[in-house]
Amino acid sequence: MDEQLKSELGRQGVVATSLQELYNWGRKCSVWPLNFGLACCAIEMIAATMARYDLARFGAEVFRPSPRQADLMIVAGTVTKKMAPQVVRLYNQMAEPKYVISMGACAISGGPFKQGYNVLKGIDRYIPVDVYIPGCPPRPEALIDAFLLLQKMIDEQRLTGPNRPRHLNADLPSEFIVPEFGAHDLVPPQNPEVWKVPLVNISIAGKNESGRD
Amino acid sequence: MNLEEIKSEIEANVPGCSLEIIPNGSPSGQHSLLVDPDHAFAVAGFLRDAANLRLDYCSNVTGVDWPAKEVSTKVKTKKVVDGVEQEVDEVLKTQSGGYLEAVYHLFSVEQRQGPVVLRMRTEDRADRVHLPSLTPVWRSADYQEREIFDLFGIIFDGHPDLRRLLMWEGFEDHPMRRDYVDPDDYEYEPTAHDEVLKRAKEHLSAEGGL
Repeated sequence: MDEQLKSELGRQGVVATSLQELYNWGRKCSVWPLNFGLACCAIEMIAATMARYDLARFGAEVFRPSPRQADLMIVAGTVTKKMAPQVVRLYNQMAEPKYVISMGACAISGGPFKQGYNVLKGIDRYIPVDVYIPGCPPRPEALIDAFLLLQKMIDEQRLTGPNRPRHLNADLPSEFIVPEFGAHDLVPPQNPEVWKVPLVNISIAGKNESGRD
Repeated sequence: MNLEEIKSEIEANVPGCSLEIIPNGSPSGQHSLLVDPDHAFAVAGFLRDAANLRLDYCSNVTGVDWPAKEVSTKVKTKKVVDGVEQEVDEVLKTQSGGYLEAVYHLFSVEQRQGPVVLRMRTEDRADRVHLPSLTPVWRSADYQEREIFDLFGIIFDGHPDLRRLLMWEGFEDHPMRRDYVDPDDYEYEPTAHDEVLKRAKEHLSAEGGL
């Protein structure tokens, strides 16, 4: 339907909508996060839900203590290799549709612990992430911004067609490999269906590139 | 009370123990006391209970890895060169045995003194890595000895609950040892340089790329 006609009708007191819009509006305004935090980012996440920043304004006031009732996983903090299987298992236990916000440098890439031995180098190695928030830790405003971005993403989803959301496409996976503790590292070290090593042309790295010097 | 006095005090009260003062050349001058593992438990108990020492607070326990290294020493030998006897400097290279070390920092709350630094050394870095646990003497050493067990691989005999702390059961390496090789899971960013670039190239050539 034409957007202009719709707003014109709206001014006359007639509401015109589509099932898709109603459906998406309902979904985006009741995203319930899972109640779990891993490190200092969790403190900012808690602050974002309290009176001052009040995440409840956007329909995310109930942090559910059970993955069965949650829609959104906010990976707030450092994911150690010892914790990674539990995080993936929690994600698998969440009902579709489900979303992931990777909050802070550690959850994105390992952050300051990237070259350490016991920290996972980004939760996106095992589960698909929808929104990344950089920061160490990100401020509550950044979390709210990420949340609004997620709402916008949900709002723009089409319910039919090849790009429909995962929960409406039976072919796409809903459960992901839970890594196991190996002798030297997690097994597998990453889920190849979710994450691939970024392609970088390293043959020119470290040399003078054209246009430089 | 300085470390020499503490040393003679211990030697007078714990028979048979051998102590050595390891000097620290830095401005802080925190010299430490090397204790032999066989008598370490008795020495620790004495340091805690002696009326004039009362080192009742163990603030920190840490590990150090000393890998085997090559020591070269110059020796003058006589050799016949071109029919003439000459004195020639010969460099002898020997391997010093590596060992692991546990370091304890002790304070006395009552006497307001410290830190007194205790060290214990294992015999090598492979099999003979047993040291006595001082957790029965200072309860605060519990988790820190577990951490050293996890990251350095020192086995503390007499520890009440010696399990890995940061890594999982079944993990085989000791990540804080100098010869630890971490798993090849680098993310090769476009600006790779130095160590990361070296590893990236190794990784790609192993995969058959590049």
